[in-house]
Amino acid sequence: MVAALNAALRDCLRADDRVLVFGQDVGRSGGVFRVTDGLQAEFGARRVFDTPISEAGIAGAAVGLAFAGWRSVVEMQFDAFSYPALEQIIDHVAKMRGRTRGRVSMPITIRMPAFGGIKGKEHHGESPETYYVHTAGLKVIAPSSPGDAYRLLRLAIADPDPVIVLEPKARYWAKDDVELTIDGAGIGEGAIVQEGDAATVFTYGAMVARCLDAAATLADEGISVRVVDLRSLSPLDTDLIARCVRETGRAVVVHEAPKTLGLGAEVTARIVEEAFDFLEAPVLRVTGYDVPYPPAALEHHYLPSVQRIAAAVREVVTY
Amino acid sequence: MLSASDGERSRGACVASEPEHWRGAQPQRVLSPEGAAVGDTDVGLEPDDLRAMLRYMVLARRLDRECIALQRQGELTVYPGFEGQEAAQVGSAMALGADDFVFPTFRELAAALVRGVDPVQYLAYHRGTWHGGPYDSAATRFGPICIPVATQIAHAVGYAMGLALDETRACSLAYFGDGSASEGDFHEAANLAGVFAAPVILFCQNNGWAISVPTSSQTAGEIWKRAEGYGFPGVRVDGNDVLAVYRATRDAAARAYSGEGPTLIEALTYRIGAHSTADDAGRYRDDDEVTRAQMFDPITRFRTWLLAEGHVDDALLDSWQAEIEDQVLAIREAVIVQPAPGVESMFDHAYADPPPAIAEQRREVVGG
Repeated sequence: MVAALNAALRDCLRADDRVLVFGQDVGRSGGVFRVTDGLQAEFGARRVFDTPISEAGIAGAAVGLAFAGWRSVVEMQFDAFSYPALEQIIDHVAKMRGRTRGRVSMPITIRMPAFGGIKGKEHHGESPETYYVHTAGLKVIAPSSPGDAYRLLRLAIADPDPVIVLEPKARYWAKDDVELTIDGAGIGEGAIVQEGDAATVFTYGAMVARCLDAAATLADEGISVRVVDLRSLSPLDTDLIARCVRETGRAVVVHEAPKTLGLGAEVTARIVEEAFDFLEAPVLRVTGYDVPYPPAALEHHYLPSVQRIAAAVREVVTY
Repeated sequence: MLSASDGERSRGACVASEPEHWRGAQPQRVLSPEGAAVGDTDVGLEPDDLRAMLRYMVLARRLDRECIALQRQGELTVYPGFEGQEAAQVGSAMALGADDFVFPTFRELAAALVRGVDPVQYLAYHRGTWHGGPYDSAATRFGPICIPVATQIAHAVGYAMGLALDETRACSLAYFGDGSASEGDFHEAANLAGVFAAPVILFCQNNGWAISVPTSSQTAGEIWKRAEGYGFPGVRVDGNDVLAVYRATRDAAARAYSGEGPTLIEALTYRIGAHSTADDAGRYRDDDEVTRAQMFDPITRFRTWLLAEGHVDDALLDSWQAEIEDQVLAIREAVIVQPAPGVESMFDHAYADPPPAIAEQRREVVGG
């Protein structure tokens, strides 16, 4: 996935000379996960540059650059390190189109490695999506495969509105052999990544692969599980969510973020609003716990496991 | 420096002590508080420009007072007055070129007037008909009114970085206050400005008060000195001396245009009124302090000098008085008939292309 993201940045820098890439260590070093590797060498330090450790300044500068007609792609080095920039993101990045009555667009892409699962230090495994999804004016995506990562990042950079890109760091080293193309589903569209008819599991990020593992386990038991990769956390693909519930009658939502007010709450609410009459069982959520993200030695207890996901599916199927 | 207890005040002589937050390094000054030349008064302005400068200051003060009245009459929401800061705003705004871009706080109506922002559209903000910039920020090169303290400084720096990338001979200017200088965003923006040698002017109006907190409780140092730590020049200027403000800003702009990078200007001024119409300054500030500060009034100072130089006379000033009354009345009449925008507008500018959920919520409210 790192290579796909790198290719997306390279192709955007080539396609539009108003695109800038900046952040901490994105220049000479190529980023701590090497997502920006080689970009400064190819496009120069004018368009791909390092900044001081200054998240609020970076986000605020992107706002000013947008006023000057530039399209910034900024990197927050880790999920939790985006928090100093929240004021700029919530008050200005997200709202400036509205604050200027639509006269000034904020085509800003804010990338960050997100979620846990790589035995990181504290503050390196956060799931910040609710903060961003709850902020009107932003779009939020979380690709789970290299192909989606390439296409969605390119679409994010081309978007006239700000997009938060949550890159599941546990999937950075995932490979597939799909052709990298911008043709395909856009921001706002989820995908059925595995067909099934007994229940639908809605998930995103690194949990997509785990849900597929759970589905394989359940298939051995004769339970056919549909897996939906939401991909776009804001806007949510409500039509797809409702259709899958109408077709399978049962639903489980899986994410790493804490349960309370996690995205599962919103997905569940939309299911109730749009497809209540088709539900054969309560919607269940398999999530991180309502505690701070634990240290590396405990993270496997915190993250939804194949066992917990499978157990929840069995519960809704046998309700 | 004399203190207020040193004797009776008399006309024409400064017997009041300077506001406490002016202590420290002597600010650059062209006119003394009494309106006498103490520096080179040739700042490069023609008599017509000098007259325009004073007229803007007089108009701004009259309009500011009208806005407070409009708020009291229920025609505006909470309004933040700027009386006493006319020289800091008019002098700095007039020093900028047409291509320069201003990122204001919420207290820069005088600067907005100078920069050609339609005051009726500007006041739509305070009437509560729209957020940020009801006026066209891009066309007027005057950014949206900014309430989150110090955040606009980073916007000015980013804009200036963009100018440098485009090799445009222009600069940006961020207004902020003494309280803003305590925010992290001030530091982050100033540091970025230095690192990228951005063509930006960081213009601090130190008016002595951040709501109820005096500058002495805001910082133990002098704000202009911080520039050295960021690697660019800092300037302290008498913010009630419009010619000194003009010169300092014009010099900073010249530096920016020629690729020499940012300048921090600390303009010492005084907030004569309360923080806003929702604030009662009597809870934390002695009236005596305000009375003393009024001895340093920026309009009186500049008018005294212009009269002495023969650039204006009483007849001209009287004619302005009548014109400005008409002008402010016209603004008032236009502001109070501004209708609320259509309810659909709150949905229409959230995104370029509203997502389905917003489109549905819009339909709930407006049908269609």
